[in-house]
Amino acid sequence: MTGASRPIGVANVMLAVFKREVSLGMRQKGEVLTPLVFFVVIASLFPLGVGPESALLLRMAPGVLWVSALLAAMLSLQRMFATDYADGSLEQMALSTTPLALLVLAKALSHFVLAGLPLVLMAPVLGLQFGLDTRALGILMLSLLLGTPTLSLIGSIGAALTLGVRGAGVLLSLLILPLYIPVLIFGAGAVEADAAGLGIGGHLSLMSALLVLSLFFSPMATAAALRISLE
Amino acid sequence: MKTIHWFKFSSPQNFYFLAGKMWPWFAALATALTLVGLWVSFFVAPIDAQQGQGYRIIFVHVPTSQMAMFIYLVMAGWAGFGLAFNTRLSGMMASALAPTGALFAFLSLATGSLWGKPMWGAWWVWDARLTSTLILLFLYLGFMALQASIDDPRRSDKACAILALVGAVNVPIIYFSVKWWNTLHQGLSVSTKGASMATPMLAGMLIMVVAFWMYAIAIALYRVRNIILERERHTDWVKHAVA
Amino acid sequence: MVFVFATVTSLKTAPSLSFSKLGCSKGGRQLFKNVDCLLEPGRWLYVAGANGVGKTSLLRMVCGLASIEDGDILWNDIPIHSQRETYRKDLCYLGHLNALQESMTVDENLAFTAALGGIAPDPAQTQEVMMRFGLRGRGRQLVRHLSQGQKRRVALSRLALSPARLWVLDEPYVAMDEAGVQLLADLIASHLKSGGLAVLTSHQRVSIGDIPAQMLELQTK
Repeated sequence: MTGASRPIGVANVMLAVFKREVSLGMRQKGEVLTPLVFFVVIASLFPLGVGPESALLLRMAPGVLWVSALLAAMLSLQRMFATDYADGSLEQMALSTTPLALLVLAKALSHFVLAGLPLVLMAPVLGLQFGLDTRALGILMLSLLLGTPTLSLIGSIGAALTLGVRGAGVLLSLLILPLYIPVLIFGAGAVEADAAGLGIGGHLSLMSALLVLSLFFSPMATAAALRISLE
Repeated sequence: MKTIHWFKFSSPQNFYFLAGKMWPWFAALATALTLVGLWVSFFVAPIDAQQGQGYRIIFVHVPTSQMAMFIYLVMAGWAGFGLAFNTRLSGMMASALAPTGALFAFLSLATGSLWGKPMWGAWWVWDARLTSTLILLFLYLGFMALQASIDDPRRSDKACAILALVGAVNVPIIYFSVKWWNTLHQGLSVSTKGASMATPMLAGMLIMVVAFWMYAIAIALYRVRNIILERERHTDWVKHAVA
Repeated sequence: MVFVFATVTSLKTAPSLSFSKLGCSKGGRQLFKNVDCLLEPGRWLYVAGANGVGKTSLLRMVCGLASIEDGDILWNDIPIHSQRETYRKDLCYLGHLNALQESMTVDENLAFTAALGGIAPDPAQTQEVMMRFGLRGRGRQLVRHLSQGQKRRVALSRLALSPARLWVLDEPYVAMDEAGVQLLADLIASHLKSGGLAVLTSHQRVSIGDIPAQMLELQTK
């Protein structure tokens, strides 16, 4: 029997999930770095497509960088649940004494740390390529910092719905991209508004609102979707 | 008054026969109302001073965009009901509604284009309503794609239900953000309130909305019968019905 | 006051698992229906039947992973869907998959699965269990480098470390050698002797010490 084992609280279980995801990410660095490289490649495709005229690139920069970040963040969504689903760990999480929604929250936050944060840190480097000044780079980083957790949270719903389904990768994009649009509009809009001399308070508070909303609701939707996929 | 046992119709078998009786009536109503609505829009409503005859397309454009939105909410409602009460029929109704909703969204975009060309000289403008309807079309297509890619009908119903509910919650957020985006960038607007809205115009649009509503119900009932037959094909009553 | 006391004691002393008119259908076909059963502490349920009759579906329904369309499953006479949190504390499931993350060590895996069960096991006890299953010294090894049989034994260690009273095992003897089979039988026997319950499926004929099986034969009518 289990004489000397001690019970652990919900927060510690969530922390255990978080640490597991992050350490797995560290051990499989290739999987974590590929979306980052993808970010750089996509962002570099735009000048190649539209020409290197600096005024045009400067005008395009917030939108292009945001769209590229969004697509790169979406690339790594599938690995959120796929490996655990394949080896049976997801079933065990569904049977955990800790509510699945909380475990999902820990997973989504770890996805933000592994996929979103690198994008936030890489964005200024790409922004320089587009001619953004320091202030604009700062606003860009801030908007991405507020936006990428929301992308991970909303994305987790799509990842859960398409688990083990044919053509999951492309289907996931189709399902998630319309839901990403508000974050894109406010995120890129913040950088543009600042460049135009308008205040960014509105944009940032709306992005924070979206973050809070997705923090509360997407774990529940994702947990429900996971249970459906596990049936 | 004899109580109607509604729950009797929550079984696919009973609903199949009920829908079979109902849909021709709705189809007839839809046809009649469409003819009336078109007559009003072509002959009764006055020519608009600024926009000429071309504006008459709003009698189709506005109702279709409203229906696209409304059907999505109804679809999400059915899906949510099915998820909460574990009824098979609710999921089938949601699946029956999706293609019609997508069609209305597409028609709304097409008629918006047809209006935009003579008005603005462009086949597409990034108007707030048109852009939101485009995103709504993506949501419909996503729903249909998810349904098509999951083989087990029970699982696909439940998964699509979650998707529809998440989409329904997001639709107001998307509308709001697109409106914000549009005003910020001062885009062109497909204005339906350009001219003052005379009563015949309002009446015409209302008739068209109801006509489309009847059409949507008719086609959804017709489609759900096919879905029921396909899903329940292992049961005895289907084998009798098809024989 | 007395009523509350009585309820608390009954929860703590004599859990039981029962099926009430349980049915299952998959892809429109009815697999089995009207299955009734009562499993008491110290007994184990051997679920038998032909391939495809729904044994795995039944076990997944017992776990709460698959939804129950017909009938009910009761734990302590309460349907499991109305006491999910309590039920999961008492449940440990071993399915076809090992639930082991290949890129992590044995120790890390066991710590994680224990955490999912809401406990942090005593290190000394973990060592003892691993020794019993012939995994001594492999704590720091990545699961990727173990053989199939050893991976299965790590999964069994998870079982041994769990405080759950109901064990649901779906073909646990797969990929096990004779010694492993004996270890597992002994493990289940000691679990049953201390008041636990077990539900088991297996293609091979199984004997758990001297404890007789309660048979449940599934048939598609």
